[in-house]
Amino acid sequence: MAITLSGDHAISSPPLSSRLTTPQVWGIVLLVPYALVFLAFVVYPVSYGLWLARAPANYVALWHDPIFARAAVNTLIFLVVGINLKMLIALFLSGFFAQQRVWIRWLSVLFILPWAVPSIPTILSVRFMLNPEWGMVNQIIFKLTAEDGPNWLNDPAVALGMAIAVHIWKSLPFWTLILLTGRLAISHDMYEAAAVDGATWMQKFRYITWPSMRTLYVTCTLLSMIWTLGDFNSVYLLTGGGPADLTHVLSTLGIRYLRLDQLSLAMASIVCALPLVLPLVYFMMKRLSR
Amino acid sequence: MKLPSLREVGTEARLLLIGIPVFIWTMIPIYHMFLFAISPKEDAFSGKLWPAHPTLNNFKIVFYQEHYFLRDFWIQFWNSTVIALAAGVLTLFIATAAAFSISRLRVPGGRAVMNLALLTYFIPAAFLAVPMYRTMGNYGLLNNHWSLILAMVTIASPYAIWVLKQASDKLPVELDEAATMDGATTLQLFRLVYVPLMMPSLVAVGTYAILLAWNEYLYAFLLLSRDTDITLPVALGNFLAADDSPWELLMTTGFIYALPPAAIYYVFKRYMVGGLTAGAVKS
Repeated sequence: MAITLSGDHAISSPPLSSRLTTPQVWGIVLLVPYALVFLAFVVYPVSYGLWLARAPANYVALWHDPIFARAAVNTLIFLVVGINLKMLIALFLSGFFAQQRVWIRWLSVLFILPWAVPSIPTILSVRFMLNPEWGMVNQIIFKLTAEDGPNWLNDPAVALGMAIAVHIWKSLPFWTLILLTGRLAISHDMYEAAAVDGATWMQKFRYITWPSMRTLYVTCTLLSMIWTLGDFNSVYLLTGGGPADLTHVLSTLGIRYLRLDQLSLAMASIVCALPLVLPLVYFMMKRLSR
Repeated sequence: MKLPSLREVGTEARLLLIGIPVFIWTMIPIYHMFLFAISPKEDAFSGKLWPAHPTLNNFKIVFYQEHYFLRDFWIQFWNSTVIALAAGVLTLFIATAAAFSISRLRVPGGRAVMNLALLTYFIPAAFLAVPMYRTMGNYGLLNNHWSLILAMVTIASPYAIWVLKQASDKLPVELDEAATMDGATTLQLFRLVYVPLMMPSLVAVGTYAILLAWNEYLYAFLLLSRDTDITLPVALGNFLAADDSPWELLMTTGFIYALPPAAIYYVFKRYMVGGLTAGAVKS
């Protein structure tokens, strides 16, 4: 058998033409479509973008733009507070959904809905719910207390909080499901043995659940942070960056500059996010390519 | 019948104490959307939890395009469908070929390609959008459906390749060897052995790409602008441009737009959960 599919046994010194086996030639041919997509729509745009962002003047301009500083802070709040809160809730709920009850199984079917439906209509639905005059939230507040509710999206801190809540609403089911898979993989015998020894609920979590789920939990948190950096919809469609451009995050800010026809500034603001992104990406690559 | 012990009742009560808030939290935005869809305008704005006169009139207005904002509803629905299906088919083709090449044929440099693809997967999509917009302009593809299709393929294929590679690494090598021994060519191996065995993962990946493209807002809103070219989510976003938007119609359109992906998700749930979450985060 001269041709091995694994291609591990490289022939030592054949004529050049036969150095590649037929399957290997096919292997290269089959990689061409992706390589073309990668070159045309990843390598070229990224290099072009970096080239556009090369002038130091862009960074000086960004430095003097208060909206940029505000967006950077908002992004950090979104990641540090929002994601950790979301992952803690997901960890807690994964324990809830691991309970064997018929009604919990039905609830889990509904629980996945926010993840299964597109985000645009649901975000717009929340946006109207929070409308100070006509929204359901303030109308209910008025009926209960006879006082006007707050103007939810007009206060930058509250509006950003609402954007984080929308983000959590949308992606909580996905992460709960992932953590639930991790939890169900833990052997049941360990819990039974612990129960025999009279372990409390807290001890079971601390000595059995957490040690087996720690790696998964950290990986999920990092991955969620990377993806959340690109979460454009939650902020843009809920607050539009307002009031007074105070609730922008880096992903919406880039698009804002683009709409104002300041392309090099848009690229520069993204380059500024790279120190945040690259360590996370490096860490994830090491984890996933093992 | 045995009566439950006090302890069991306590556990059940505590579970309900978690379950009920979870149910309310999950359903509120969706219920609110549904409520608007079945409410006449004056009921929708009254803040009632159930309309005094529920109606399907909003759906009729949307389906017959009887409002200024909805005059291109069907063509936008068609655009969304075509773009989602095209992105799904192209992603499936590109990713299956690449995964077969990397995992089964062990093409030299395959690992490097895999790592580059993974790297793309980790670039936040909103960051790539800015240079992508400019690139599509340079290619002369702006306002052309191909720009959105190709952008979606670019974003969907890294993950698709990765999931398919993980799945095909699990197929035994002996299978390929036996087929080759029987005189199968590489293409026959691909068509007759590889693709049939990979079917569940292929369904998962195809569904993933279709849903990704159907749900996409940012790229669609950047790359397409004419009213007859845009997809449904962009049309929904455009409702916000006016101060006196017909919110009950917006929610009705949103509801119709949300139904196909939800249905697809539940139909293919078996594949999605098995094929995607297992690959999504491997600790």
